[in-house]
Amino acid sequence: MSPDRTFAIVLRQYYLMRGSFSRFIPLFLWVAIDMVLWGFLSRYLDSLTAHGMGFVPKLLGAVLLWDFLTRVMQGVTIAFLEDVWSRNFLNFFATPLSVSEYVGGLVITSILTSSVGLAVMLALATTLFGLSFFSYGLVSIPFIAILFLTGISLGVLGCAMVLRLGPASEWFIWPIPILISPFAGVFYPVSVLPAWMRAVSYALPPSYVFEGMRASLASGTVSAGSMAVGGALAAAYLALSCWVFKRTYRYAIRTGLIARYSAESVA
Amino acid sequence: MPVLSVQSLGKRYGAVEAVRAISFQVQANEIVGLLGPNGAGKTTTINMILGVLEPTSGSIHIEGIDLRAQRVRALERTNFAAVYAPLPGNLTVYHNLRIFGLIYGVKDLRHRIEELLVHFELEKFRRTKCGVLSSGEQTRVALAKAMLNRPKLLLLDEPTASLDPAMASDIRKHIRAFADGRAGGVLWTSHNMYEVEEVCDRVLFLSQGRILLEGDPKTLPAKHGQKSLEDLFIAVARDTHVDGGA
Repeated sequence: MSPDRTFAIVLRQYYLMRGSFSRFIPLFLWVAIDMVLWGFLSRYLDSLTAHGMGFVPKLLGAVLLWDFLTRVMQGVTIAFLEDVWSRNFLNFFATPLSVSEYVGGLVITSILTSSVGLAVMLALATTLFGLSFFSYGLVSIPFIAILFLTGISLGVLGCAMVLRLGPASEWFIWPIPILISPFAGVFYPVSVLPAWMRAVSYALPPSYVFEGMRASLASGTVSAGSMAVGGALAAAYLALSCWVFKRTYRYAIRTGLIARYSAESVA
Repeated sequence: MPVLSVQSLGKRYGAVEAVRAISFQVQANEIVGLLGPNGAGKTTTINMILGVLEPTSGSIHIEGIDLRAQRVRALERTNFAAVYAPLPGNLTVYHNLRIFGLIYGVKDLRHRIEELLVHFELEKFRRTKCGVLSSGEQTRVALAKAMLNRPKLLLLDEPTASLDPAMASDIRKHIRAFADGRAGGVLWTSHNMYEVEEVCDRVLFLSQGRILLEGDPKTLPAKHGQKSLEDLFIAVARDTHVDGGA
């Protein structure tokens, strides 16, 4: 792997963001709106209960973590879609750039862009609504790690889908987090779900994070075994998504999809 | 050693054979024209040499390096420009050159970019986004990108299509100078037979995925009973009998 080639992918995204207001603002605008909206809602719900139910860490904390996962996923997919929109696949893949270097560049781009979103969310949630991330303790580290790996996996999988099905399929990517959220127990315990939904949720790494978050707030402890399962699932999905992307790329090279990839030729 | 050696190269899409076991070479300092009607297999051939399309059979060696076995090493020695692959329009000329320079591992990149900006008269467009440039200016940027890594093999797919005659003439001079001045070879496709006759040292006529004819573009038409290269092209395209045809 060449660090220069991976850096080139990251640099491309930096140039695009630096020169475009409309690319830079969404890094933090939507998550900031979410923080304000859910922050006031949490505060209002707290005011309805006699002793306060601690909605700020439960609801606002959950929204913050879920938004982080979404931003990580979009960090990968948006960088990839830039090549779809500018019809740049032929230019990139007819060079010494390898698939690993390309995907590596997308992941690093996502780390940087999602960090901006996370920093803004933390700043708003802490200063406006008194959410302290320290209230989760050290388990916030595996929380973030599991959600990050899951976001990357979903992003890479989304890229593979668009590469295989064509530019019009980008619209399948955007609702992925919304489709997963009912199963992941973002706002409620997984135990309230019917059996079949529970079975799905056990296969989703974020479920372990949100269950762990609630356990941490209720009892101050989180099952290490549960975190290990969530982490192992997230790592497995990451490996699987990279394998799927590489297979899709091989398919695109074998069939000529890369060479004639455009909105007109593939749909 | 040839800069490009293609041996028994074939590409099949299901029942359709787009390229049928073609073999040819491009030597250093040589410009080879790959000619043929639409659908003859020219772009398929170029895509296979660029590593973006997997051949069904045969081999491609760039400076003796097997493209299939050592993709990165082989592609470090090539570059290309094609009318259907403009550089991203949302980046400036300088940014595009910097990004592709990093990908190709160009040494002393800053200096190399400056050289190319001067050579292709692009200095005043360095901060201009490629998408707002005229066709001619975009072609010059694509050629600057194509020469960033001083390739041993330059692949050009209709580089002068959509250009006015004056601009096309300038581009031809640049490419001729590239082939004459370095130990590089060029594989060029074009539908402009006058251009091919002017620039190419040798031409290959492709039809239905096969190389039908090969030779000097100045003498080939007469050898096959045609008045001009254009007449020969039309005869090949219409699949009419070509005297002495392979």
